[in-house]
Amino acid sequence: MPKELFRDEVRRLIDASAQVVDVLELESYREAHLPGAIHIHLRNLKQEAPKKLDRSRPVIAYCNDFA
Amino acid sequence: MSPRAAWRLETLGFGEVYDYVGGKLDWFMAGLPMEGDIDESAFIGSLVRREVPTSLFGETVGEVSRRVREAGWNGAMVVNERRILLGFLGGDALDADPSKPVEEVMLEGPVTFRPSNGLMETAEWMDRNQSNTVIVTSSDGSLLGIVRRDDIPKEEATGQVKAG
Repeated sequence: MPKELFRDEVRRLIDASAQVVDVLELESYREAHLPGAIHIHLRNLKQEAPKKLDRSRPVIAYCNDFA
Repeated sequence: MSPRAAWRLETLGFGEVYDYVGGKLDWFMAGLPMEGDIDESAFIGSLVRREVPTSLFGETVGEVSRRVREAGWNGAMVVNERRILLGFLGGDALDADPSKPVEEVMLEGPVTFRPSNGLMETAEWMDRNQSNTVIVTSSDGSLLGIVRRDDIPKEEATGQVKAG
């Protein structure tokens, strides 16, 4: 079951080599994203996640656009 | 979207999956660095002076006043041990009875800004309220620092921002 994280925990996990995934629209990702975040839109997870993400490392997903 | 994404990643065989509840907006409003096309210099987060005088809630006016004035300041942010902003001590408050706890003389609930506030809107607010300084906090109330009116470039403050 995915666990909900708040900012401080996210920072700690990133420092501990977690992968960060931005699941928003590509335009939003291009405008701004967390440092090092990988873009995979929600609709494309099945196709792209196995290629772009490492299953042996933690994964943090985020959304919440500025708009 | 991200809760669904996190669940979907689990079904795809990812064993340790998390959902960042606050997401991109929370990160940005905390003044943390972003990547992408965004021009961070258009927001006050880029101008925050993080070395500011603080006072803990349990201190006395005398303790704070001495420390703050020796450092050349005339005010202090009152914070708790988690650096959550609780009040502000201006010059008059620092001149109050030194034996009083800061809680009794501080300004409660000072106006605060976020790192994501624009330079122009912040400058306009400062001019309108004859304020030389604004306090900047993150979305959870943590003190980040201050921005001074003089720190905002004149062309930004008047909206004469160059394209590109």
